[in-house]
Amino acid sequence: MAQPLVKKDDDRDDEADYSPFLGIEKGAVLQEARVFNDPQLDPRRCSQVITKLLYLLNQGETFTKVEATEVFFAVTKLFQSKDIGLRRMVYVMIKELSPSADEVIIVTSSLMKDMTSKTDMYRANAIRVLCRITDGTLLTQIERYLKQAIVDKNPVVASAALVSGIHLLQTNPEIVKRWSNEVQEAVQSRAALVQFHALALLHQIRQNDRLAVNKLVSSLTKGSVRSPLAQCLLIRYTSQVIRESANTQAGDRPFYDFLEGCLRHKAEMVIFEAARAITELNGVTTRELTPAITVLQLFLSSSKPVLRFAAVRTLNKVAMTHPMAVTNCNIDMESLISDQNRSIATLAITTLLKTGNESSVDRLMKQITNFMSDIADEFKIVVVEAIRSLCLKFPLKHRSLMNFLSNILREEGGFDYKKAIVDSIVILIRDIPEAKETGLLHLCEFIEDCEFTYLSTQILHFLGIEGPKTSDPSKYIRYIYNRVHLENATVRAAAVSTLAKFGAMVDTLKPRIFVLLRRCLFDNDDEVRDRATLYLNTLGGDGAVVQTGEDVKEFLFGSLDIPLVNLENSLKNYEPSEESFDIYSVPREVKTQPLAEKKAPGKKPTGLGAPPAGPPSTVDAYEKLLSSIPEFANFGKLFKSSAPVELTEAETEYAVNVVKHIFDGHVVFQYNCTNTIPEQLLENVTVIVDASEAEEFAEVASKPLRSLPYDSPGQTFVAFEKPEGIPAVGKFSNMLRFIVKEVDPSTGEAEDDGVEDEYQLEELEVVAADYILKVGVSNFRNAWESMGADCERIDEYGLGPRESLAEAVNAVIDLLGMQPCEGTEVVPNNSRSHTCLLSGVYIGNVKVLVRLQFGLDGPKDVAMKLAVRSEDEAVSDAIHEIVASG
Amino acid sequence: MSMDLDDCLALPGFFSVNGSKSTEDCNDVNEDSCPCIKNILLLDSEGNRVAVKYYSDEWPTNSAKEAFEKALFSKTQKTNARTEAEIAMFENHIIVYKFVQDLHFFVTGAEGENELILVIVLQGFFDAVGLLLRGNVDKKEALENLDLILLCLDEIVDGGVILETDANAIAGKVASHSVDAAAPLSEQTISQALATAREHLARSLLK
Repeated sequence: MAQPLVKKDDDRDDEADYSPFLGIEKGAVLQEARVFNDPQLDPRRCSQVITKLLYLLNQGETFTKVEATEVFFAVTKLFQSKDIGLRRMVYVMIKELSPSADEVIIVTSSLMKDMTSKTDMYRANAIRVLCRITDGTLLTQIERYLKQAIVDKNPVVASAALVSGIHLLQTNPEIVKRWSNEVQEAVQSRAALVQFHALALLHQIRQNDRLAVNKLVSSLTKGSVRSPLAQCLLIRYTSQVIRESANTQAGDRPFYDFLEGCLRHKAEMVIFEAARAITELNGVTTRELTPAITVLQLFLSSSKPVLRFAAVRTLNKVAMTHPMAVTNCNIDMESLISDQNRSIATLAITTLLKTGNESSVDRLMKQITNFMSDIADEFKIVVVEAIRSLCLKFPLKHRSLMNFLSNILREEGGFDYKKAIVDSIVILIRDIPEAKETGLLHLCEFIEDCEFTYLSTQILHFLGIEGPKTSDPSKYIRYIYNRVHLENATVRAAAVSTLAKFGAMVDTLKPRIFVLLRRCLFDNDDEVRDRATLYLNTLGGDGAVVQTGEDVKEFLFGSLDIPLVNLENSLKNYEPSEESFDIYSVPREVKTQPLAEKKAPGKKPTGLGAPPAGPPSTVDAYEKLLSSIPEFANFGKLFKSSAPVELTEAETEYAVNVVKHIFDGHVVFQYNCTNTIPEQLLENVTVIVDASEAEEFAEVASKPLRSLPYDSPGQTFVAFEKPEGIPAVGKFSNMLRFIVKEVDPSTGEAEDDGVEDEYQLEELEVVAADYILKVGVSNFRNAWESMGADCERIDEYGLGPRESLAEAVNAVIDLLGMQPCEGTEVVPNNSRSHTCLLSGVYIGNVKVLVRLQFGLDGPKDVAMKLAVRSEDEAVSDAIHEIVASG
Repeated sequence: MSMDLDDCLALPGFFSVNGSKSTEDCNDVNEDSCPCIKNILLLDSEGNRVAVKYYSDEWPTNSAKEAFEKALFSKTQKTNARTEAEIAMFENHIIVYKFVQDLHFFVTGAEGENELILVIVLQGFFDAVGLLLRGNVDKKEALENLDLILLCLDEIVDGGVILETDANAIAGKVASHSVDAAAPLSEQTISQALATAREHLARSLLK
């Protein structure tokens, strides 16, 4: 249809807003679609109607099931027409309608006819449509044609078959895998895109076979791949092979020469792909990096924004690990600060901040100041964070960097931006002692004119901690007390607390603070008055200047080491009675957020096959559940409940997982069972536990599950006694025993007679990590130092060959079952060493802190230094024992 | 104690070190190996759709798609992408774009994608549309030839996999189908010719 839908008339040209679809309506178009049923088809008219339908779909209009079916059936009539243009639109329309399985049958024969047609365009498109809408059963029927199509002389047909193969591999891998001979032949095709598609498919077919991928890469890197896109793929596969190949001795990296050769390719796309691949090599050396950096540097001065962006983005990443290698590009980078494209400018700035040396900082800051005013907040945040790192790297430069931060703090900006600045200043104050006093004053000035309540309260809180420790605490009082006059209730209350902290910590200020606090007693907000009253009474504000006791300080300002969520839950559950609320009854376990599953939504229907939602698994739900069972009521306070451990394979008849509940002198296993057979009802379900490999445990009670109908989970429990306060470990084997009754699926009624049956479950272990609670600390360094070295135990371990550093770190974290602090569980790519900080509470309520230092020793061997501090030597030793035996 | 500063203070993932994190993005294409296009958009100068095609289910609903288009449009509309294709990072995607007259062309890929691959797809689309509209590239022409635009999209990418990037090849494939329909008026059947004439008459009367 080279002609426009409606012939363009000259007199319509002046009408700027004219659209052929003006006032289009779904109902009317669906009416128009009746022309598809005319015995004398008018291809032009039909094409127009299809275009209108596609326009509606494209604008987000949806068809009801009935409408879609009607349109689909009408469209299938159009196969009668021989008009090529119309057929082309029919193909697109069928794909858009994505018909259901029973509808697909209607068009299958037409499409299969087109698939064997002499017209290349028919063959290519029919393959694409059929593969898009087909299911596995049909696929076997057309497999023969698809195999032929892959080696078709016409490149469009071959590509259509290969691309369809790429899609089908996800749903019907066993069929597509049978095509590898044809696909292999297509890799040798002279047509560039056929080669690209064939290579992509061949690699996906073989991706789990390392040897085959290795062979593929070695043969292709020798030969000549014509298509630039295929060459890019080959570079990706080559880097995979390099990544997975075991020998990483310096010097001769396999295939490095190939990557370097690609840097001289004629297509920019390939050059860049190769340069990027080199920069991402594991443990890349400066010698290997140099040629890649050189081509990226050339791209920096390209006239094309996309090239500049690609280059500066890659160099930015390189600068994180190899700042020195990027310094050569600094001059080109500096000219990019004024780039029209602000993404490029921001990347250039942050790269420079990473590669810059101490002497260039001041010059750089001058340039950035001009630049900041005209970029968006999101970019400013990136710059602020880069400046923070720079300041930590060059603490001597803190004055100019801090000044910069305080200047931008005074300028306009949104909450996230301001928060990033405040956070940065706080971190600098914490880590650079010389920067403390100026930093605090900058913050004080900021809260004088701060529109964000959250930031004001955070800063006031921080002032309360740091302010009293400065040489002249009194100078902050004015700023704080001003808040009490000028701000909203939340900020006023925070200011009162901060004042009280100054009073408690600095005795000389006490009388003046009391005067101020007394004025707050007349505030019109309850919270503010309450706080003032509380502080005046506990700090001894009745006129006499008394030494404030340590316990009072601890009570008022000590950190709350209970997760707030848990406290909130406990308070909700607390029923007012004679007994007052006991804060020590709040569980301290940090509940990890269930990881949001990143499954592609809508890919597979989650019907009955999906695991049913388990019983509530929060700590206090468990506690409630267990205390409601009389047999377990006298076990005392629940120390820890493990995450559910699966005892059955997925999709078996009965799904069972177990939760380990640890008490001081007991362990309770909670077996969550699900019956996945609709024709069965289970009764009297128990788990027979064999504890012969767990000597210190003795079974004391068991609570059977009376009945387990189809698809509604139930629980059965077994309790063991163990030596009190001792982290006993052991292995348990489990057997599910029950009476099974047949159920008539139509009526849902069970037969009266049942048969006793057993079902073997997997083994279960109680390990040392079950006796450690994940309890985080907010500031690890402080906690570590205040714990002191009295009960410190340090030792070194060799962990042997590991897949990667990250894998080793995770293995140790899992083994210990402790809470990683300050994000140190994340190991940056390519690093050769890593420090990980863990914290937890050992059974008997003993706080434990662990510092793990990992290093790569040789190509894959990981060595680890483990330092443990706790309140009890025996516990420190126990942690070492866990690692030594793990 | 010696804490490794770089470890503790590594910059948050704005420019993530590991580009291959969004593997599941394109519905069924393994992005780690095969370049993947998430969507191709053709919007007008107010950010309204002319023709769009999504290949990834990251935007499950029409309103999610519209929100993305709106945000993308307002972020890019002030830039000058008329001579060279421009590029932006947006919501963990890489977007390349180019404008002509009142039409805005966009191609979206994953954060870790090779930018230059995305740009050849954009250029292929852009040039093919130019060829098909015979140089009169504006919204009105595009809407009047929407069938060509839609076929063009269909020929460039199939389910996220790049099908063809050469503008001449794309335009050739789209246009070759219409050889028959473009036949001179004399070869049209009488009824077709009448229908066309009637349509023209009706339109001129309605004005």
